Amino acid sequence: MDARRRPRRQGAPLTQGGSAPPVLEARGVAKTFRTGTAALAGIDATVRAGEFVTLLGPSGCGKTTLLNLFAGLAAPSSGALRWWGEPAPPDDPARRFGYVFQAPTLMPWTTIASNVRLPLDLAHVPRPRADAAVAEALALVGLTGVDRHLPRELSGGMQMRASIARALVTAPSLLLMDEPFGALDEFTRERLDAELSELWRARGLTVVFVTHSIAEAVFLSTRILVMGARPGRLLADIPVAAPFPRDDDWRTSVAFAQLARRVASRVREAGAEAHG
Amino acid sequence: MAEPGRGWRLAAPVLVLLAAILAWQALVTWRELPVWLVPSPAVVARTLVADRVLLLDSLGVTLGIALAALALAVVLGVATALLFVQSRWLEMSLFPYAVLLQVTPIVAIAPLVIIWVRDTRLALVLCATVVAIFPVIANTTLGLRSVDPGLLDLFRLSRASRWQQLWRLRAPSALPWFFGGLRIASGLALIGAVVAEFVAGTGGAGAGLAYQILLAGIQLNVPRLFAALVLITLAGVAMFAAVAWVSRIALRRWHESELERA
Ligand SMILES: Nc1ncnc2c1ncn2[C@@H]1O[C@H](COP(=O)(O)OP(=O)(O)OP(=O)(O)O)[C@@H](O)[C@H]1O
Ligand SMILES: [Mg+2]
Repeated sequence: MDARRRPRRQGAPLTQGGSAPPVLEARGVAKTFRTGTAALAGIDATVRAGEFVTLLGPSGCGKTTLLNLFAGLAAPSSGALRWWGEPAPPDDPARRFGYVFQAPTLMPWTTIASNVRLPLDLAHVPRPRADAAVAEALALVGLTGVDRHLPRELSGGMQMRASIARALVTAPSLLLMDEPFGALDEFTRERLDAELSELWRARGLTVVFVTHSIAEAVFLSTRILVMGARPGRLLADIPVAAPFPRDDDWRTSVAFAQLARRVASRVREAGAEAHG
Repeated sequence: MAEPGRGWRLAAPVLVLLAAILAWQALVTWRELPVWLVPSPAVVARTLVADRVLLLDSLGVTLGIALAALALAVVLGVATALLFVQSRWLEMSLFPYAVLLQVTPIVAIAPLVIIWVRDTRLALVLCATVVAIFPVIANTTLGLRSVDPGLLDLFRLSRASRWQQLWRLRAPSALPWFFGGLRIASGLALIGAVVAEFVAGTGGAGAGLAYQILLAGIQLNVPRLFAALVLITLAGVAMFAAVAWVSRIALRRWHESELERA
């Protein structure tokens, strides 16, 4: 992505840890579906400005459910959520955060440009300003020259980039990403991970990222929240202190392997509990 | 197996038709079938030319009724579907009556409609509309509801108004479904028009093809009966082809059903 071409800030991670203001807070949040499934119970979590927090856990542990609660797409059965310290989700959620779905979720009948422009169109942003924002967002995710293409004319990875561009087009400060690269091959995934990490740093974003992949979580995050299933809850809160920018050196380092092993053992515990 | 080439799409059915006509001609000649029982294709063709003024006038009447009915079915059907997706309550309360309309044989309702509506032409259009409207309602409603849930979430996150959701998301999603309904409706509109004409039995200046068939049957003018039948069939095929063409134009760039293979 374009961000990589900007001068890199060396050294300490951007995360401001305990000092930055909270962006998302969950206090004693539980979610039970009408079917009786207890998807989440007793979730206490805080995401602070500038953090890259990853939700990691076995399938069905409630990662998507928690992300939807954060997005205000669903309401908790009990407990309370806060957005930027407010008890209600912002009136203009699309301006405040971008949501990237597991699938590209593009409108097949219209061009990439108009797909990316959608959040602006819905907000009645004037066309010239919207077009400029679209061009910028597409350049940011490294998609150029395909504005007039239809989604089906793009590869899966390119569609995912378009979907990320759409989430970025309103210049939000928070990104919620639900296994955005889950359907991609490992090669593409690692490249997009690296680009996402750069983007996060360059733009000073706050990211909540969902994944099944321990390696992806350790590579990207400033903090990993390990979740357990039935009911979904937080089992561990593991900080990842390695400095940014992270690259293949980090991926192949001893510290990476040690951390991955530690995370893996917590995830295994979670899995064992779920099946035990 | 290899995909047949594009040319065959048209050539294959035409070849079948030619073969059928040849076989028909051969059968009539060989068995020396009398013209009042089975006229040969040559006789039918000659009748088409000889009676062209009468037959084309009637074709115009029938086609006019069918097209008007199709247009009315589209307008009313889409409007009904839009109402249905606005409220589950409306749909729950009214959908059974749409089904009722569909399952009641048109021959049973037509006499009533013809009595109630003074203008015969209008009565016939209404009857044909009743026959054609159901697939439009059912398909469009289903289409308007068959929206990618992810996109629906995206629209909700962007605080899209109901109107934006309808026009930017539901309507385009429904388009392939709508065209599926329209294809069925185009055939039904013609059938409805013909059946209603049969029931009405209106002759005179505004007589449609059904009346010509009725009359030719009574007069044992079998060649003319066949000629009228051929015209009805051609009209039906033409209507179907027109709808299929419009659907293709509208969907070919993005929808699976009409994608052009490279
Ligand atoms: N709309 C719903 N109605 C009923 N149950 C649901 C609904 N959505 C999710 N669930 C249940 O809640 C639990 C958590 O689901 P969720 O989708 O949050 O899991 P997940 O961690 O995202 O899984 P995956 O990694 O497979 O995407 C599951 O047991 C699921 O069956
Ligand atoms: Mg999920």
